[in-house]
Amino acid sequence: MNLNAKIPSGPLAEKWSTYKSTQNLVNPANKRKFDIIVVGTGLAGASAAASLGELGFKVKNFCYQDSPRRAHSIAAQGGINAAKNYQNDGDSVYRLFYDTIKGGDYRAREANVYRLAEVSNKIIDQCVGQGVPFARDYAGTLHNRSFGGALVSRTFYARGQTGQQLLLGAYGALNRQIAAGNVKMYHRTEMLELVIVDGIARGIITRNLETGALEPHFGHAVVLATGGYGNTYFLSTMAMGSNGSAAWKAYKKGALFANPAFVQIHPTCIPVHGEFQSKLTLMSESLRNDGRIWVPKELDDAKNIREGKLKPTDLPEDKRDYYLERRYPAFGNLVPRDVASRAAKERCDARYGVGTGQAVYLDFKEAIGRLGKKVIEERYGNLFQMYEKIVDENPYETPMMIYPAIHYTMGGLWVDYELQTTIPGLFAIGEANFSDHGANRLGASALMQGLADGYFVLPFTIQNYLATQLGVARMDPANHPEFSKAIEEVQGRINKLMSIKGKRSVDSLHKDLGHVMWNHVGMGRTKEGLEEGIRMIREVREAFWKEVRIPGKADGFNVELEKACRLADFLDLGELMAKDALHREESCGGHFREEYQTEEGEALRDDVNFKYVAAWEYQGDQKEAKLYKEPLDYEFIEIKTRNYKE
Amino acid sequence: MDLTLKVWRQENRKAKGRFETYAIKNISPDSSFLEMLDVLNEQLIREGQEPVVFDHDCREGICGTCGLFINGRAHGPDEDITTCQLHMRKFKDGDTIVVEPWRAGGFPVIKDLMVDRTAFDKILQAGGFISINTGSAPDGNASLVAKEKADEAMDAAACIGCGACVATCKNSSAMLFVASKVSQLAVLPQGKTEAVRRAKAMVAKMDELGFGNCTNTGACEVECPKNVSLAHIARLNREFLAANLKP
Repeated sequence: MNLNAKIPSGPLAEKWSTYKSTQNLVNPANKRKFDIIVVGTGLAGASAAASLGELGFKVKNFCYQDSPRRAHSIAAQGGINAAKNYQNDGDSVYRLFYDTIKGGDYRAREANVYRLAEVSNKIIDQCVGQGVPFARDYAGTLHNRSFGGALVSRTFYARGQTGQQLLLGAYGALNRQIAAGNVKMYHRTEMLELVIVDGIARGIITRNLETGALEPHFGHAVVLATGGYGNTYFLSTMAMGSNGSAAWKAYKKGALFANPAFVQIHPTCIPVHGEFQSKLTLMSESLRNDGRIWVPKELDDAKNIREGKLKPTDLPEDKRDYYLERRYPAFGNLVPRDVASRAAKERCDARYGVGTGQAVYLDFKEAIGRLGKKVIEERYGNLFQMYEKIVDENPYETPMMIYPAIHYTMGGLWVDYELQTTIPGLFAIGEANFSDHGANRLGASALMQGLADGYFVLPFTIQNYLATQLGVARMDPANHPEFSKAIEEVQGRINKLMSIKGKRSVDSLHKDLGHVMWNHVGMGRTKEGLEEGIRMIREVREAFWKEVRIPGKADGFNVELEKACRLADFLDLGELMAKDALHREESCGGHFREEYQTEEGEALRDDVNFKYVAAWEYQGDQKEAKLYKEPLDYEFIEIKTRNYKE
Repeated sequence: MDLTLKVWRQENRKAKGRFETYAIKNISPDSSFLEMLDVLNEQLIREGQEPVVFDHDCREGICGTCGLFINGRAHGPDEDITTCQLHMRKFKDGDTIVVEPWRAGGFPVIKDLMVDRTAFDKILQAGGFISINTGSAPDGNASLVAKEKADEAMDAAACIGCGACVATCKNSSAMLFVASKVSQLAVLPQGKTEAVRRAKAMVAKMDELGFGNCTNTGACEVECPKNVSLAHIARLNREFLAANLKP
């Protein structure tokens, strides 16, 4: 297979406008002859479905939740980046592009990232137009704050609920198109298979979660906006239902899966409390604007704090180690996420951790003294309240405890510049694709990418494909052999799962997988650990197919069956993640191989051997996936070692 | 903690429901309420029974999916939270806890503790948006919004669509839900153009879907996990009055 990213030629800043002015478009009368399937209703899916509906396409939009408004984009707290330079602090499209490439540790495509930075400004305008209540200054202009990995303030926000407000904006636009009849919405409906006809993506098979009915749907194109696969780890900041199955089905039908090992571990989450824990809660990165991260300087103090003999508020300043400020004077507490996460792990591994030992402090005392409690409350009130409800401690009075947790997956389906996968007619947008964040995503960039793809990229690029499909008649999926075959395959898988009748719940097996993933494919990876991890993942998979118990029937609401279908895919996906991590013998961004680090413990990238996108092709269940390499040619920027010290 | 649970079980939309009693042991006070239900379900699956079905997703209080009536209170015995944010430390060892789904004509039970809230989507589809196409918006700073107005819009926009307001209202009214959207968009300059039409269409749809009238008891405001204020209903009434005065 020849991986052609289809990057337009010409200067970086002109690629997107050149593309737009020369691509094929579909005329308005023909648009309504095309059916487009969009799976997912998060920022990418809802914005794409709404925008395609506005253009006149006939859209079918699917979500597993009870309403499109529930998609997990809603949980994003801190903000969305854009290169508006409203603060006059020297921002520009180029700078946002550069920060994103650098933040991603030089493992993302130049052209895609530049386009992302370029359309960022239009996103803000669009959202304001929809009535998103962004924070404002007293003059009535939009306010900004700073985020990790940047020296400017370019993050727009709506209190600590930015994702929610942006999603509700997109959901509003989607509702308008549903009412207009351009989008048909299928909620509580999960995609279980991709249908290929003569090598082209032509539809999907879904399960109605309430009735259990398997239903075929035709589309001239299929767009996956199904988010990331962070729940492979069981414990993560993802929603409980977030899963990697749609992307995995596409992979098994021939779409390449890129950089599966690139997972973001977010430094500021509420630490794990016990074995019944079901998910981890993020505390927004925006807190690092005013909070200072520290652990005790002395091992004895750390021990006494862990044992409850010493209160953190009683420890004098000179006995505290503000380790991010110490190690990275230029960026301090606002270093990128991967750097902050590893630094926390390093301190806790060295036994300076507090709480259960797997936690560090995020302290607002200095900020409250400088700005007053009221300002802090205005900025972070809802986050402080959320923390207090979970931990039962008041963060205005005692420092928060935080620890890194799985938060985002940079890897995903391989897509070209048009966001098309290696299967013609199949597109992937938002977190579901791999394209823009390299080996590490900067804060407030996920919302930007989801909306960029959905509002301003896919609605154009998909037309360049659809223009080749003029004259392809709508298929009747209820009477088409490929659709019938796909339904039979899905039914067969469901029957197989239901017939196991073992002794273990899906969750108990998922937790086993999660432990293996966190311990072996987590923040610090080694050759031996990954090999051991792969062996253990296979054991859990074997146990799953022998011992899982799914009570109830398949032809009705069956939550255990839903979870089992997802876990079956996580088990395969987890192994590919480990394999990708094993093959990449370098450290970059969120991928840290302990064998490859500098004397100071920083990531040691290998640009000679690993400056490529690793794209994996499915070869069959019993065979090793095949690796393709898309070289990353940096034409316009100079590659450097990331430095957040100076 | 050891607890007795009385949980509403109902096979499907048409079936007659009933309470089932379960004993559950060794629950950590630091667990969330939903994690306690996870433990119950693990126990039921081990015993070969069907687990209790309940709606939930983000488990951090923002998606609005979860919603249980616990000991007679929407989202249970704590202030300003969703069910997933309720923690077991709010209960005592030996307590009996009654767990029910939202009960309202507009929210039929699908199974056990899970209800159908698509009526909320339909109300918003009737007009809960600003009719602007992708790409046609002016610069974000082109029209200024006073900070107080932006804050007020954000207060209203905080609604997560969980339905606690309806479940707790003796009339099963959706006024607080409708008002939050009408109010958010009516205070912003970009939403004013359609304000009248919006209020009219959303209220008409709410009535059509069988939600009751608002009699100002204020119960909704008390149980709203996001503290959406009753003042927004007053604004809705003003907008609606204006809507009815204009043909």
